Amino acid sequence: MASGKVAVIRARPWAVASFLLPALLLLGALVVYPIGYSIWRSLFDASGDSFVGLDNFKELFTNDGIRTALKNNLIWIVVAPTVATALGLIFAVLTERIRWATAFKLIVFMPMAISMLAAGIIFRLVYEQNPDRGVANAVMTTVHDSFADSPAWPDAQPRPGGPVEAQDDGSYLLTSPAEVGSPAMLPLVAVPQPELADAAPAAVPQASGDQVTGTVWMDFTRGGGGTDGAVDPEEKGLSGITVQAVADGEVVAETTTAEDGTFALPAEADGAQVRLAGSDFQAPYNGAEWLGPSLITPAIIGSYVWMWAGFAMVLIAAGLAGVPRETLEAARVDGANEWQVFRRITIPLLAPVLAVVMVTLMINVLKIFDLVYVIAPTSTQDEANVLALQLYLSSFGTDSHQGVGSAIAVFLLVLVLPVMIINVRRLRRENQR
Amino acid sequence: MHGSGEVSRRRATRAALAVIAAGALTLTACGDEETGAASDVPATIELPDLSGEQLEVAAVWTGVERDNFVRVLDEFEARTGASVSYVPSGDNVSQFVGTKIEGGAPPDVVMVPQPGVLHEFAENGWIAPLGDSVQQQLDANYTPGWQDLGTHEGVRYGVYVKAANKSLVWYSATAFEYAGVEPPATWDDFVTTAWTLWESGTTPLSVAGGDGWTLTDWFENIYLSQAGPEMYDRLAAHEIPWTDPSVADALTALGEVFGEPRLLANGTNGSLQTLFPDSVTQTFINLTAPDAGMVFEADFVGAVITDSTDAVIGEDALVFPFPEVGGGEAPVVSAGDAAVAVSPDGEASEAQEALLTFLASTDAARIWAEPGGFVSPNKSLEFDAYPNDVQRGIAEALIDAGDDFRFDMSDQTPAAFGGTTGQGMWRGLQDFLRNPDDVRGAQEYLESQAADAYGD
Repeated sequence: MASGKVAVIRARPWAVASFLLPALLLLGALVVYPIGYSIWRSLFDASGDSFVGLDNFKELFTNDGIRTALKNNLIWIVVAPTVATALGLIFAVLTERIRWATAFKLIVFMPMAISMLAAGIIFRLVYEQNPDRGVANAVMTTVHDSFADSPAWPDAQPRPGGPVEAQDDGSYLLTSPAEVGSPAMLPLVAVPQPELADAAPAAVPQASGDQVTGTVWMDFTRGGGGTDGAVDPEEKGLSGITVQAVADGEVVAETTTAEDGTFALPAEADGAQVRLAGSDFQAPYNGAEWLGPSLITPAIIGSYVWMWAGFAMVLIAAGLAGVPRETLEAARVDGANEWQVFRRITIPLLAPVLAVVMVTLMINVLKIFDLVYVIAPTSTQDEANVLALQLYLSSFGTDSHQGVGSAIAVFLLVLVLPVMIINVRRLRRENQR
Repeated sequence: MHGSGEVSRRRATRAALAVIAAGALTLTACGDEETGAASDVPATIELPDLSGEQLEVAAVWTGVERDNFVRVLDEFEARTGASVSYVPSGDNVSQFVGTKIEGGAPPDVVMVPQPGVLHEFAENGWIAPLGDSVQQQLDANYTPGWQDLGTHEGVRYGVYVKAANKSLVWYSATAFEYAGVEPPATWDDFVTTAWTLWESGTTPLSVAGGDGWTLTDWFENIYLSQAGPEMYDRLAAHEIPWTDPSVADALTALGEVFGEPRLLANGTNGSLQTLFPDSVTQTFINLTAPDAGMVFEADFVGAVITDSTDAVIGEDALVFPFPEVGGGEAPVVSAGDAAVAVSPDGEASEAQEALLTFLASTDAARIWAEPGGFVSPNKSLEFDAYPNDVQRGIAEALIDAGDDFRFDMSDQTPAAFGGTTGQGMWRGLQDFLRNPDDVRGAQEYLESQAADAYGD
């Protein structure tokens, strides 16, 4: 056969050339020329006029922003394909055993039908900080709140410079010690007005001979005009707050405030310090800061996995269908348990498919751009940066330097090459089989 | 203007319903006056007969802004017989015009949002100097300050047709009523007001730290008032470094509110993720328990309020001018769009000339002002042309400032410094919001970025 090929080329070279020409022209114009030009362009400065040698590449490895992008790309290429493939494998193996397998696969695969841009916009909303808008934090706060009591007055705070001080543990301490006979006044502020609509007016308790009495109230008259530190006529009491008397670090007495904010502690509290328990004022749990500097890259990788796990699952499921049942049965007959079958038989047989999925995802991940561009808010774009995004920012921003842009493109090409070579080799080997 | 370009796009999508609603109202209210509205204005200028001429106008406006501008163009068509088409240019006007000129079919008139871009066009020889009839209108209707903004090396090229007042603080009437406070006139009062709002139970400030350009506007207002217009101009030209003590003073003043997470809606980290439209929405969406009491930005905040909340401007949403800082005059920071005649051979045609003349006239400004959402730098335009008190107040503040207003500093600096995400002023002030104690560090970062961008 080989000699036949050579014979044709020798006999009619023009025919061969004319068959190859259209493809060569297209390849040349659309692939070879752009690559060549990018390499050429990467050796010139911003304006493209003067030759700067490898300076643009030096910039690539010294510029902090680009180095973060490099580091993030590394995280991406290790984490994203691995997690997506692992999830795909789990889904594929599990769906083999369930009844509504097709429906389940369809649902998992569905995100693939959405464009990266749209997925980015969806996840931008999912990761919103405010639990009223972001689903991720809504779930986290709901779970958290069903295990923890919600505080009575989460917004109440002492006035800066006032008689009450916030402690490190979240509790509020009245700086002067309590005395029998003179009411302890604990003014708090910053409670939203609508929350006070049903509260009773605050009262000043009568001094009593054998009790420490006092009031916790919202020391702000709606519409202004009140006196700081005094119970004015329209000010509201804060009910249900745990009041503790603390002497030498020990709680000697404890009570809660009444509707009108008043409380009474037994005589042991005399001379002790009055403290309001921190659990009544804990700021509401707001979930994680998904779009903040530290979680932004994992968050975006999460959205990528959401999209691509379905792709991995479909390919792996196809590979799974080709695994000979007899081998599995034989293993089971020999006494292997399900885990051993999976670990020793299924996975080795699936290895080629898993490799294809991994390699495809790796190439895909190297050029990740849209998700990062859309999800990361500008204040954390630097922390989320990846090479493809940096390429775009360097080349087409208001402050463009296409030399550096081209250098990044060339570098990306170099990164993809080994993966491509592995892919091509594997394909060739398969063809030879 | 980077920012407001962004805004206009968002605005466009949200405004669709509002337009329909408003359209229906005007239709029922004034019947066939809709088409005749423009001719109610008596013509004050003579325009040549341009029958058969074709003009193409490009600007960043879309949606409602575009529709309002097209009303003005329609009037021009009616008076001259020329036919004018409108093309949206996208956010990057410079790139748009550049490619069009290379393609050999540039638009005839372009609205340029940054003085820097106007200089760039003039430098490239893409635009024609203004003719006598335009200059007449300019002299009659514009203060020298606005005229000079359209000047490159002593030659006038641009007519500022649309302005934005960037020295406004919008506030929730409910929040102010709960706290029993009045709009503050000085920065110290402003800080006290913020604390009083906090005590009353409303988080006082909504800061759109996710969008760097809003932070530059905060800084510019404080700096203009505290250091004065001369220093402002010198800093904009980078004649004084960002490490100057005056910058430290301005940042310290800004730190009085930015440094207190209690005063910021969603705290410091939340603010850094808040985008401009959300900063407005969270202030006005809940009218009984507002998430924030005040939000600072330009007149286009009004459009966001109308489009995405139920708040009524003038009742629930009110506005006060940015307070004076450190005993200086109250600042007036503005932005705007300049109309230029694109002509690679350096000569404007009769039709281009006529359109610019018309745009510089009070007639055009009046038609443009009627539907709202527009502020004209034209000083001859009577304030009763504006549709409501809030709009009128914004325009009055701008015109009353005379030549004491200053153009948005970040629009005057090289784009790498004043208009790019993740670097320059945007990034520097975001970092400052994240860590307001480090005034020195913020200054050094800004100076190093400025040195790169200005190429010293």
